[in-house]
Amino acid sequence: MSDVTAWHTLFGNLSAHSLPLVRAWQHPSVSEVIAAGAGLIAVIAAAALVALVTALGKWRYLWKEWLTSLDPKRIAIMYVIIAFVMLSRALIEGVLMRAQQAAAIRTTGFLSPDHFAQLFSTHGSIMVFFMAMPFIAGLINYVVPLQIGARDVAFPLLNSVSLYLTGGAAGLMMVSLVVGEFSTGGWSGYPPYTELAFSPGVGPDYWIWAVTLGSIASTLSGLNFLVTILKMRAPGMHLMRMPLFCWTSLCTAILMIFAMPPLTVATALLALDRYLGYHFFTNDLGGNMMNYANLFWLFGHPEVYILILPAFGVYSEVVSTFSSKELYGYTSLTLATAAIAVLSFTVWVHHFFTMGQSSDINGAFGIATMAIGVPTGVKIYDWIWTMFEGEVRFTVPMLYSLAFMVTFVLGGFSGIILAIPPLDFQVHNTVFLVAHFHDMLIPGVLYGLLAGYHYWFPKAFGFRLNERWGRVAFGCWVAGFYLAFMPLYVLGLSGMVRRTQEIFDPAFRPWLLIAFCGALLLLCALSCLVIQLWVSIRNRAQTRVFAGDPWDGRGLEWSLSAPPPDYAYAVTPQVASRDPFYDAKRRHAAYVRPTRYEDIDLPRDSAIGLIIGATAALAGFGLVWHIGWLVIAGVVGVVAAVIARSFARNIHRTVPAAEVERTEDRWLRAVAEALPVSRALETTGANQGLAKVTS
Amino acid sequence: MSLERRSEMRRYAVGYGISLLLTGAAFAAVYWQKLGTMTTLGIVFTLGLAQVMVHFRFFLHISLRRSARDDLQLILFSAVIIALMVSGTVVILLNLRARMM
Amino acid sequence: MSADERRHVGINLGAADPMAHRDAERAAFGFWVFLMSDAVIFALLFATYGSMLSATAGGPTPAGSFKIGSAFAETLVLLSSSFTFGMASISMKYADRAERPAPLLAWLAATLILGLSFIGMELHDFVGLFREGAYPSRSGFLSAFFALVPLHGLHVLAGSLWLIVMMAQVAVFGCDARVKIDILRLGLFWHFLDIVWIAIFSVVYLQGLIR
Repeated sequence: MSDVTAWHTLFGNLSAHSLPLVRAWQHPSVSEVIAAGAGLIAVIAAAALVALVTALGKWRYLWKEWLTSLDPKRIAIMYVIIAFVMLSRALIEGVLMRAQQAAAIRTTGFLSPDHFAQLFSTHGSIMVFFMAMPFIAGLINYVVPLQIGARDVAFPLLNSVSLYLTGGAAGLMMVSLVVGEFSTGGWSGYPPYTELAFSPGVGPDYWIWAVTLGSIASTLSGLNFLVTILKMRAPGMHLMRMPLFCWTSLCTAILMIFAMPPLTVATALLALDRYLGYHFFTNDLGGNMMNYANLFWLFGHPEVYILILPAFGVYSEVVSTFSSKELYGYTSLTLATAAIAVLSFTVWVHHFFTMGQSSDINGAFGIATMAIGVPTGVKIYDWIWTMFEGEVRFTVPMLYSLAFMVTFVLGGFSGIILAIPPLDFQVHNTVFLVAHFHDMLIPGVLYGLLAGYHYWFPKAFGFRLNERWGRVAFGCWVAGFYLAFMPLYVLGLSGMVRRTQEIFDPAFRPWLLIAFCGALLLLCALSCLVIQLWVSIRNRAQTRVFAGDPWDGRGLEWSLSAPPPDYAYAVTPQVASRDPFYDAKRRHAAYVRPTRYEDIDLPRDSAIGLIIGATAALAGFGLVWHIGWLVIAGVVGVVAAVIARSFARNIHRTVPAAEVERTEDRWLRAVAEALPVSRALETTGANQGLAKVTS
Repeated sequence: MSLERRSEMRRYAVGYGISLLLTGAAFAAVYWQKLGTMTTLGIVFTLGLAQVMVHFRFFLHISLRRSARDDLQLILFSAVIIALMVSGTVVILLNLRARMM
Repeated sequence: MSADERRHVGINLGAADPMAHRDAERAAFGFWVFLMSDAVIFALLFATYGSMLSATAGGPTPAGSFKIGSAFAETLVLLSSSFTFGMASISMKYADRAERPAPLLAWLAATLILGLSFIGMELHDFVGLFREGAYPSRSGFLSAFFALVPLHGLHVLAGSLWLIVMMAQVAVFGCDARVKIDILRLGLFWHFLDIVWIAIFSVVYLQGLIR
């Protein structure tokens, strides 16, 4: 054990050697330089952001309007920003891995095995926990309250806490680039490899605490969304009148509440092993590492349904809107969603068919796994029947939906193959599996998130995204996906193992080169999205849709201005059918001025969420580096913030009726002056957000 | 003291009393063990489950009443999920252990 | 007082404010949801414990480590604390706004004392176990024990801290709507902890001591 010196008491295990720059200086290699470079970019980017905000004098604005806001619309936007930033990092990591594998055929390539292992670990952890989960939380936060006719979620402050815990955890991931190193154990962190005996560094600890903070945030978000949907729907909105996106959000929330705890247990027990010498998963003294796989996948399987169900919800909304047709088979879609949610708890063993349990057990779970494909198939048919005899418009969200339907189904087929244990034994841990889950996650989850982003962006910001760059990005995402991942099916069947930094069979070379080209295309796709955003902001004067209904939408969210006022609904809507706004438009009963306005109570801004997230992240950092005082301070800080907040009594603010009236009148005047447009003109400058009602 | 208040106090007292009995019986069954291992274990678990239900009924006010319906449905759903997770874990780990012998 | 005003079981939010009732329903249901997620964590720790009962690695066994007397005493203390909290809930529910909160504070204090006694007894047990060489890094079985039981103990500690905070808030604010909703939730938490303890004394202590 090291001496308890002054340095150690203050800084724990931190040392100069913890910095990648120092390591690159001492042992220069391409691998180390890339690592140091990545850390440098992260630091420079953060510093540049701080400098920019300071130069523009926007700190007060940022603090008041965004960082302390409890408005779910603002929280949602911050979630999506986190998601896009982390997407950028993880995508680049993916490209690096593809480059390495294309280059390192019977040679060492440019990345060390350790660096490569960190890359696949961060790539997976970020994409699941810090890209997809925040993006989903963002979409649900923005859309669900509006769709159910509510002003907010059930627990606004808890919402903020979830955001900042997620942000703090993402921060820990970024800090691991700059100080120390990350885990080499993959996003699943299997012991005994991640035990102290085999991973004595700080890597697994960064992974444990980042994932723990994120999992707590998600559990609390799930709680919030569940109570919101069950208790805060507008009068007349029975469960069977809710939009499909709310149904999928409801089931996602249930999954979050019940599936995150197994992850919390798995990482906590691993932490006990690493920090206090417990023997849950060690090789000796009674440890049982197989229980880790069991616990992790009890979480892991429902997790992938947490990721896909919101995307399914987006597709339901998008396909219906852009087919100009009511969603086909509403009841079957809700039943399928509920079935998927419940069945998702019955299939987890398929992630470790090869671990050694009997073929009876494997067979039972294999059958359950195949069964869960059925409700998904029902949904695909429902979407196809929605389009049939509709007037399909090929806007960017619709393009993503179409690409999803074709490509995701291919991935579903490979899933059915993997569901059969004897076949799984052949391809377990090969890149066949990697191809399968990317075939689910990219066309399934990512296209859905991007479709949702394009679909609801005009509502959130008041102007449309540039359609042409959207199509270019779409083309790159689809072509890039096919090129990057279809070869992996071939390679996996040929026996190429996953997570390898060096390849030994030259026959794999052409496929790996194609895959690398695909990765580059995916990088182009991301760049196109950035360019699209830049161009859209620059041209926003021409694409304003303040009236609020650019797509002739069906749900209540389209009945508000774009962007909506912070109180969302001036008057709680009364709902009498499934597509309430669409029906109101057809009855010429939309945009009716209410007879009177009332004062509206909203939650007052609060910094508590930020304080809790920041102190929790600091405690996490202290745990990683064994800095005792920092851990204690962090925990005490969180507890103190919660207690202090519980004494606060003045936590609401009132928007006076007169102000509501002014805001609403301004919008209704704009609606009256706007020119209604047909669907043929919806992607042109003529679209001011008012739909022409023809039928 | 109002009638309602008295009846509520009685409810807690009854719950407490039954719980004491169930606790005592379980500890007694083990302390003065007269029956076989599995039987005694079965008795302990049954008494424990009964006491859990007593707590839900008398302390947590869970019943079939309308106002408690949402809470009851949540508890039942959670029970199903927990049963799935725990039984699955036990079956899998026991199976793995048997195959390693 | 009409039945209407005691719409949410367990508390009485007095006359007019419909918002308070609605908030209470949401707050209570939300807290139930949190308790269910906590229940999943405990359930998996129980499953892990069950799977590691025989992983004693030649070290201390359940029968050799557990003392029935102290388990029984701890059970009685915690069960009684549930009863005292129930009395506190009734005190809060039926007291007039104008009434002094003394009985409520007394019952909360009694619950706190019992809760802290429980923790004290448990810590004493753990020290005893350590002295006999039964510490968590000795074996898988002891690791599982020292995760499950101390986690419950930590929850009781958190509940005790919450009790102190509530007592302070009753003193400062009296029984306003927010204090009542918070005491309602604390009650759910406290009773939940006793339910988990029923499982612990059955699955851990009594199972361990059966011959």
